[in-house]
Amino acid sequence: MPEYTTHTYDVLVIGAGGAGLRAAIEASAAGVSIGVICKSLLGKAHTVMAEGGIAAAMGNVDERDNWQVHFADTMRGGQYLNNWRMAELHARESPDCVRELEAWGALFDRTKDGRILQRNFGGHKYPRLAHVGDRTGLEMIRTLQDHGIHQGIEVHMECTVLKLLMDDGRVVGAFGYDRERGRFLLFKAKAVVVATGGIGRAYKITSNSWEYTGDGLALAYDAGADLIDMEFLQFHPTGMVWPPSVCGILVTEGVRGEGGVLRNKEHRRFMFDDIPEPYRTQTADNEEEGWRYTQGDRNARRPPELLTRDHIARCIVREIKEGRGSPHGGVLLDISWIKERIPNAEEHIKKKLPSMYHQFKQLADIDITKEPMEVGPTTHYMMGGIKVDGDTQMSTVPGLFAAGECAAGLHGANRLGGNSLSDLLVFGKRAGYYAACFAKKSGLGPVADAQINLAASNALAPFERTNSAEGPYQVQQDLQEMMQNLVGIVRTGGELEQALPELERLGERSKHLAVSGNREYNNGWHTALDLPNLLTVSEAVTRAAIERQESRGAHFREDRPNKDPEFGKVNIIIRKGPAGEMQVIRQPVPAMPQELKQIIEEMK
Amino acid sequence: MATATFRVWRGDREGGRFQDYSTVVSEGMVVLDAMHRVQAEQAHDLALRWNCKAGKCGSCSAEINGMPRLMCMTRLNQLPLDKPVTVEPLRAFPPVRDLVTDVSWNFEVKKSIKPFKSRVPDAPDGTWRMAQKDVDRVQEFRKCIECFLCQDVCHVLREHRKFAEFAGPRYFVHMAALEMHPLDVEDRTAELKGTHSIGYCNITTCCRKVCPENITITENAIIPLKERVADRFYDPLTKLFRILRGGDSRRSTGPPR
Ligand SMILES: Cc1cc2nc3c(=O)[nH]c(=O)nc-3n(C[C@H](O)[C@H](O)[C@H](O)COP(=O)(O)OP(=O)(O)OC[C@H]3O[C@@H](n4cnc5c(N)ncnc54)[C@H](O)[C@@H]3O)c2cc1C
Ligand code: SF4
Ligand code: SF4
Ligand code: FES
Repeated sequence: MPEYTTHTYDVLVIGAGGAGLRAAIEASAAGVSIGVICKSLLGKAHTVMAEGGIAAAMGNVDERDNWQVHFADTMRGGQYLNNWRMAELHARESPDCVRELEAWGALFDRTKDGRILQRNFGGHKYPRLAHVGDRTGLEMIRTLQDHGIHQGIEVHMECTVLKLLMDDGRVVGAFGYDRERGRFLLFKAKAVVVATGGIGRAYKITSNSWEYTGDGLALAYDAGADLIDMEFLQFHPTGMVWPPSVCGILVTEGVRGEGGVLRNKEHRRFMFDDIPEPYRTQTADNEEEGWRYTQGDRNARRPPELLTRDHIARCIVREIKEGRGSPHGGVLLDISWIKERIPNAEEHIKKKLPSMYHQFKQLADIDITKEPMEVGPTTHYMMGGIKVDGDTQMSTVPGLFAAGECAAGLHGANRLGGNSLSDLLVFGKRAGYYAACFAKKSGLGPVADAQINLAASNALAPFERTNSAEGPYQVQQDLQEMMQNLVGIVRTGGELEQALPELERLGERSKHLAVSGNREYNNGWHTALDLPNLLTVSEAVTRAAIERQESRGAHFREDRPNKDPEFGKVNIIIRKGPAGEMQVIRQPVPAMPQELKQIIEEMK
Repeated sequence: MATATFRVWRGDREGGRFQDYSTVVSEGMVVLDAMHRVQAEQAHDLALRWNCKAGKCGSCSAEINGMPRLMCMTRLNQLPLDKPVTVEPLRAFPPVRDLVTDVSWNFEVKKSIKPFKSRVPDAPDGTWRMAQKDVDRVQEFRKCIECFLCQDVCHVLREHRKFAEFAGPRYFVHMAALEMHPLDVEDRTAELKGTHSIGYCNITTCCRKVCPENITITENAIIPLKERVADRFYDPLTKLFRILRGGDSRRSTGPPR
């Protein structure tokens, strides 16, 4: 019997990013007891890194904006595979959620008349992103953190959940360890909210941190929950490419929102060469008009640099492949050119994009007010994840809720920038509320010793293997390399099929690896324990990508370069079968109510 | 390819020692990359914290060649590589393992500070109006990434160990953000003087010099807060005297008070 400490809560929230904290605050307001668990220190979750802003149709800058336009933009961006109910709730509720942050002390940039300023972003028809320079995520997580610590929420920092505990098909708690001492922890709970974020560490080039190993998705999958849309992984078009050590670090879309343009080595603004049909009427066809749009001319159409991310990323890949890339294998992103247009451009850039300025200055010796940046696609955001009910955020497992990046539905085949931070607020809040409701009408379930024993012995196994075995870092690196090459931004059926046996081999290696040292703050051990989750989500992405034999949104298959209307009618579900095998199921997209269809028609 | 030697503190709560690791260095590398390389190739169990790799999360704080800095923002080409680069944990806080320290005290201090309390909304729709220039001042403080480098370097904590009485520069920045927030109506002056002992600070400006966010901690946050305390609790003459004295760092060498 392993030793462990037990904590009991009505609602357990796994994850302390925007979604987890917002859920905890709401659950606490509903009067239940809450525990929050996170792998890093409080305030360091991914949300802190978000730059550009929070999408909410407040209409502060352009009063033509409203929830219907935001809804239609989100659905168009997601190629209509989105959960329409989530897209509707998100568009309706995000303005209030942003104002709520302000009521808790957040200080957004202001309009001239003193209201919350909103900026342009790709795929959003009107300026819609509430922001604070290019550090919006910091403002958001700090506001939630500083508000949350006074709501009677118990936070377990630097603790990792290894397993969800089940009783009779329902979730009854979670088992994990504290990273500092390596001691086991048992959390009993009436309802659990998973808010663990994404899976970017499955790839070599990524904007994501070590935390993003897909834990929540794997935990929920193992507990029997359905995953959905796993083939849709967003590659952000602009990550840093040079020097090698910063490759993948994000360059915010805000650069383009402020007038930054993409050029190839021939100095051509190549984005004008390929504007997809659904966006043609909304996109500028000359540089002059595009510039006027970024400067707030309401009669101008947006420049092609603000098309959706999937499309821009592919155009960049094309430029590089065809030999028109920049010296280090990217393309050029230039904001410094705006000095031809406005006085004080240097100060303006520093004010609007301060962390980009510092990031390039300090890490790449580039002054972005004077010279262009080199950028290329980077693995950024998981659209797919745990399938949830649009209103309550409950997964297909009773008592198990999910919110934020680890949940799926809102974004469909492609997420619009800024729609994640608002997602965290709207659905974090809903998940917290409905989890509290669930907890109020349910008791604590029994926790079977067998589940705990198994989780504990699996966790300790790497210490018991001989030292001649392989360590965890090499396996992780090989997995990242393989996913980057075979399941990356441009896919083919053949390479995807090749990835499956590779995954199997990596799985075998992960079962035999050893770690050195003891259980106290042992990064090697932590990496070993995260590896099975990475493997599960990598397999899910691969299998879903094989199943979707078409190209749509973020999922691009060179061997099936077009959209297939048949696939436009289905979402792909990943489920754990009775024998532990991974099942792939096509599920019809639920029919949209007439009034929502009409909104989409009107906005076309 | 060039190699460099890193003298890394390895140890735990009971103690530890420096250990040398040589590793290949390449263009553009930062200290965090070097530590990751050491971890992957030579010391799998090396304990360190990081998240963003871009100076945004404040996780990777350490002392590099004796200076408190973010490992992810310290380029190797800014350091002399002909001799070993020392990398050690923040020394003001209790060690946990290797480069990881126990910073939980900081989170407790924050809890003890009165939270934000807003005035009633300005507009009938429940929203407020604020001018950008009033927001600017507070946004400077809200850039803080809670790296605790300023806490590490402050002699009141580091040498005089006033953890029980003194909030430290990070939390003066936090309180300044609250006190100068255009909407906040709470009053924290008594606590600034009392439980948080802002008087212990003698404006050495060490905190400001290490802040990776370039927050003007002393001039923009601490001094205005001290003035508020002085306005409330002292007569004008004493106030003048204290400001003059507080502004001269050379005079105080011993523990404050
Ligand atoms: C560089 C960057 C810039 C971005 N910019 C924007 C932007 O401008 N606008 C926008 O809308 N979106 C943006 N995004 C996306 C957005 O920031 C993220 O999708 C979002 O913050 C995710 O929030 P979350 O609450 O779901 O998860 P996170 O904030 O990542 O939090 C996950 C939490 O789960 C915890 N956790 C994970 N696994 C476990 C486990 N096993 N046990 C215990 N705890 C666990 C983690 O420790 C963490 O606390 C950006 C993303 C990046 C990387
Ligand atoms: S200025 Fe004050 S708070 Fe800052 S380091 Fe010196 S004594 Fe500490
Ligand atoms: S004030 Fe500066 S040094 Fe201090 S914690 Fe904040 S960012 Fe770090
Ligand atoms: S890793 Fe985030 S500040 Fe260094």
